[in-house]
Amino acid sequence: MFSTSLTWNDLQFLLQGAWVTILLTLASIAIGTLMGVVCGLLRALLPRATLPLAWLLDVFRSVPLLIQFVLFNAFKSIAGLNISAFSVACVVLGIYAAAFCTEIVRSGVLSVPLNLRRASRSLGLSYTQDLRYIVLPMATRVAFPGWLNLVLSVMKDTALVMWIGIVELLRASQTIVTRIQEPLLVLCIAGLIYYVMSLVVARLGARLESRWQEND
Amino acid sequence: MIEIDNVHKSFGELDVIKGVSLTVNKGEVVSIIGGSGSGKSTLLMCINGLESIKRGSIRVDGTEVHAPGTDLNKLRQKIGIVFQQWNAFPHLTVLENVMLAPRKVLGKSREEAEALAVKQLTHVGLGDKLKVFPGKLSGGQQQRMAIARALAMSPDYMLFDEATSALDPQLVGEVLDTMRLLAEEGMTMVLVTHEIRFARDVSDRVAFFRNGLVHEIGTPDQVIGNPQRPETADFLKSVN
Ligand SMILES: Nc1ncnc2c1ncn2[C@@H]1O[C@H](COP(=O)(O)OP(=O)(O)OP(=O)(O)O)[C@@H](O)[C@H]1O
Ligand SMILES: [Mg+2]
Repeated sequence: MFSTSLTWNDLQFLLQGAWVTILLTLASIAIGTLMGVVCGLLRALLPRATLPLAWLLDVFRSVPLLIQFVLFNAFKSIAGLNISAFSVACVVLGIYAAAFCTEIVRSGVLSVPLNLRRASRSLGLSYTQDLRYIVLPMATRVAFPGWLNLVLSVMKDTALVMWIGIVELLRASQTIVTRIQEPLLVLCIAGLIYYVMSLVVARLGARLESRWQEND
Repeated sequence: MIEIDNVHKSFGELDVIKGVSLTVNKGEVVSIIGGSGSGKSTLLMCINGLESIKRGSIRVDGTEVHAPGTDLNKLRQKIGIVFQQWNAFPHLTVLENVMLAPRKVLGKSREEAEALAVKQLTHVGLGDKLKVFPGKLSGGQQQRMAIARALAMSPDYMLFDEATSALDPQLVGEVLDTMRLLAEEGMTMVLVTHEIRFARDVSDRVAFFRNGLVHEIGTPDQVIGNPQRPETADFLKSVN
């Protein structure tokens, strides 16, 4: 019946690729979230002054990620920077995620009604206390679903780093396909791994959200 | 004492307050009535510095509210304000809503703040809702929570901006009762209200606002019972 030349070694190779995908996702989401929270807050609170920042981030949001990878990689060689392909990938993906995260955070902050902020200020809370105890917690709840989507999409976008020579999950599966010529099977397995990873993220997120929703 | 002296306020080109003077003495209850857009809410927000003014001065206990050096966060601790929209913080429980400012602004310990909050919430009849999130409360309950939240700062003044206007008719009474209690306890209050009968009951003085000016002011019996100016009479007719 069913026979395949896919070996145990190949599977391990796939899982190693998946591990790289996870690391890349974690690193770039960490960078992106950190920068995104700062930039998003600035954008929401000082909209005029940070307009140039918005233009810059627009560039990163609109230029296809693949072009950004190749350009940054080329820039790296030209400038003679001695950094690994993995770091390049983290930086590019991180900034890309930051550009989206900025918008997510900004709209979260702007969703907090002005009336609530007036109420908290009228109790004597300072500007920063209002941000910390009212605006940020409320904005987090609003921004969270969008942020979760960002995590899932960045996880899939990590596949593009194979163009700068990193072996992540998709690249690993292609290598195996080339050797054993069973694309359907291998891609199904790779797809399944992506699915499981996304499922875990989505489930964790859903659990957090439902805990918040109990309150409303 | 709140001393409002010839205050002007505009939003861009729109002049909203055009020279209002009004003094509210310690222990006094002053109601402000008047048509929509006459600047009542704006005046309340100028009193605690949530809105800036263009000209004139507002002093609270002698402190110039709009002077550059004034510590507004400090000043606001003694001026409670309750808005038309009850403005509960939805991510905090009822108890946490009330505890927040005493803890973070006054620096009280958790135990102290909690005892204080429980006391105020019990006072407004919400002693059994401490762990509930505001989303689960009725409008009247949320508004009473907002009152307790303001009172937890032990303010010397309470400003109410149409505290009952957004409530279903059957919930208005409970909030008015809470406010009446406060007036009887001697709180200095400024009430913006459309509840004319209530204003007549609890106020020491009533001010009728029109076009950004105090059009008529006096005791409730004068202004509501026997208005001297035709516009005041017309307004009273229109709300009854
Ligand atoms: N933030 C703002 N920006 C621009 N215009 C404003 C602002 N707030 C209020 N106004 C305008 O100022 C005028 C007075 O508003 P205000 O809310 O003080 O009236 P009010 O007497 O409280 O009316 P109501 O009984 O409807 O609450 C209105 O014409 C309103 O449109
Ligand atoms: Mg108003």
